[in-house]
Amino acid sequence: MKTTETPAPLPAESGAPITKTDVRPPAPPKEKKEGTVLNVFSHGVLVIWAFMVVMPLLWAVMTSFKDDRSIFSSPWSLPDSLHFDNWSRAWTQANMSDYFLNTVLVVGGSLIGTLVLGSMAAYVLARFEFPGNRFIYYLFIGGMSFPIMLALVPLFYVVNNMGLLNTIHGLILVYIAYSLPFTVFFLTAFFRTLPTSIAEAAFVDGASHSRTFFQIMLPMAKPGLISVGIFNFLGQWNQYMLPTVLNTDPDKRVLTQGLVQLAVSQGYKGDWSGLFAGLVMAMLPVLAAYIIFQRQVVQGLTAGALK
Amino acid sequence: MQHGKYRFIVGFLALPLGLYALFVVWPFIQSIYYSFTDWTGLSPEFKMVGFDNYSRMLDDDIFWKSLQHSLLFALLLPVVTIGLALFFAFMINVGGRKRKNGPVITGVRGSSFYKIVYFFPQVLSIAIVALLFAFAYNPDSGALNSLLRGIGLDDVQPLWLGDPDLALWAVMAVLVWSTVGFFVVLFSAGMASIPAEMYEAALLDGANRVTTFFRVTLPLLWDTVQSGWVYMGILALGAESFAVVQIMTTGPGGPDYSTTVMVLYVYQKAFRDGQAAYATTIGVALLVVTLAFAAVVMRLGRRERLEY
Repeated sequence: MKTTETPAPLPAESGAPITKTDVRPPAPPKEKKEGTVLNVFSHGVLVIWAFMVVMPLLWAVMTSFKDDRSIFSSPWSLPDSLHFDNWSRAWTQANMSDYFLNTVLVVGGSLIGTLVLGSMAAYVLARFEFPGNRFIYYLFIGGMSFPIMLALVPLFYVVNNMGLLNTIHGLILVYIAYSLPFTVFFLTAFFRTLPTSIAEAAFVDGASHSRTFFQIMLPMAKPGLISVGIFNFLGQWNQYMLPTVLNTDPDKRVLTQGLVQLAVSQGYKGDWSGLFAGLVMAMLPVLAAYIIFQRQVVQGLTAGALK
Repeated sequence: MQHGKYRFIVGFLALPLGLYALFVVWPFIQSIYYSFTDWTGLSPEFKMVGFDNYSRMLDDDIFWKSLQHSLLFALLLPVVTIGLALFFAFMINVGGRKRKNGPVITGVRGSSFYKIVYFFPQVLSIAIVALLFAFAYNPDSGALNSLLRGIGLDDVQPLWLGDPDLALWAVMAVLVWSTVGFFVVLFSAGMASIPAEMYEAALLDGANRVTTFFRVTLPLLWDTVQSGWVYMGILALGAESFAVVQIMTTGPGGPDYSTTVMVLYVYQKAFRDGQAAYATTIGVALLVVTLAFAAVVMRLGRRERLEY
């Protein structure tokens, strides 16, 4: 198992797997040949792509520890010493701390709002027959395939007229609205799979509809809420288009916007190492969270497409 | 369960539906209406101009360029991304060496390692990815050109994003890089659920791996491939292409409009040039392209559903 976990020796020595199989108890050699060639080839291809994915990220981490001069003169060399001052400069002077705080506020608010409102709508649409049920369902679903940019032009003025432009709560409301289509789609399907008998029993025992929902159905829907919550968390944390249009106040910038702005302004100041530190700073928490909650993240992000 | 049913339904739907109607549905309807006006976006006054915006759009060279690029994105990106992802997923799940007493078809060792690594770009913001590659493409000090110098190719120093013939391809490569992993994981899950007997039967009949892929794996995976195709196309026409083009290219959309896409052109017309009505007109064209794309893929891809 160990040898394949470290991809380094694989592509170079194509002879290695054969000698290795010879050590094992003999098996008919004929059918093994195709398998071995394919095995070496597939490992080779897979290692190359893994390398191509990881290299840019490692390069960014490495660059964030270098000084400005060596970033330009030798982009691939290791840092001469670990310049942690890049990181502290990015955090304080380049406002990364503010961008982080804004992002946490916006994503925190909109994630809770999306899950509460999305599950309420989905529950009603999944469990109750009433005129217009299908229409409302498809109205929500339709939002997934429409180009958001088309709505953003009038939306800017709608938000502006309501006095919500460049405010955190305005951005939260818009995030929720644009997260609803997928959330409703996913959770409607999920609520349909839950058994009806428990809710009916609760109802017979005198629980109201809303009490049945909050105390019985929501806890039962927890796996679905986690999946769709992860999906929305990443989507909202990484959102770039909505804040670019609706949130132009420098003090209210979220992380993605702030970094892009930083890239523009650092161009004048020449503080590229600080910028790379900012980039890595924004990258690492998400990557770390992904590695820890890997199974749930993959499930949450692919669940919608498999449905 | 009739008691108070309608009051409950209204109570639960009012807030989500109201928010959705106000911030999503209403702006969509408005923007189609605005496309028939001469609204600038700067003043509240405007008048109806009929199809003036649409005829102007048909004479607009930059619009045609951005339409061309957007179509290229929607057609080529899914083909390349999904093709690569299918290939990798097949290698991960079927490319393994036969082990003693093991099943006939096996995945490579360390398959979960590959899946974890390939998925990295998916969790990063496309804005961060775009910034990173903008630096990697820098002609003087970027990682790519210095890598080329490092392996002795001193004469091959492309301008990448500065070269009008190359910039669009450089941008597309970034989108491929960032989305392949998602589809590898998606298709791997699909392939893992295909029963092993199917492969065994195919091998017993003397099929090689290529035949197995096209005759067994792909047909059984078709539904997933198709919905992935639509998903990727919508991304390539919308938010993802906006972020990469806006962040990476000069102008943005340059050099010489060689990378402009419809979604960026809508943004620029509305929020840079103060031509909101004309921007919505291009937006309507983008809507038509998106819906047509989804309809064509669903239609072409329709096959008999295979149950297993």
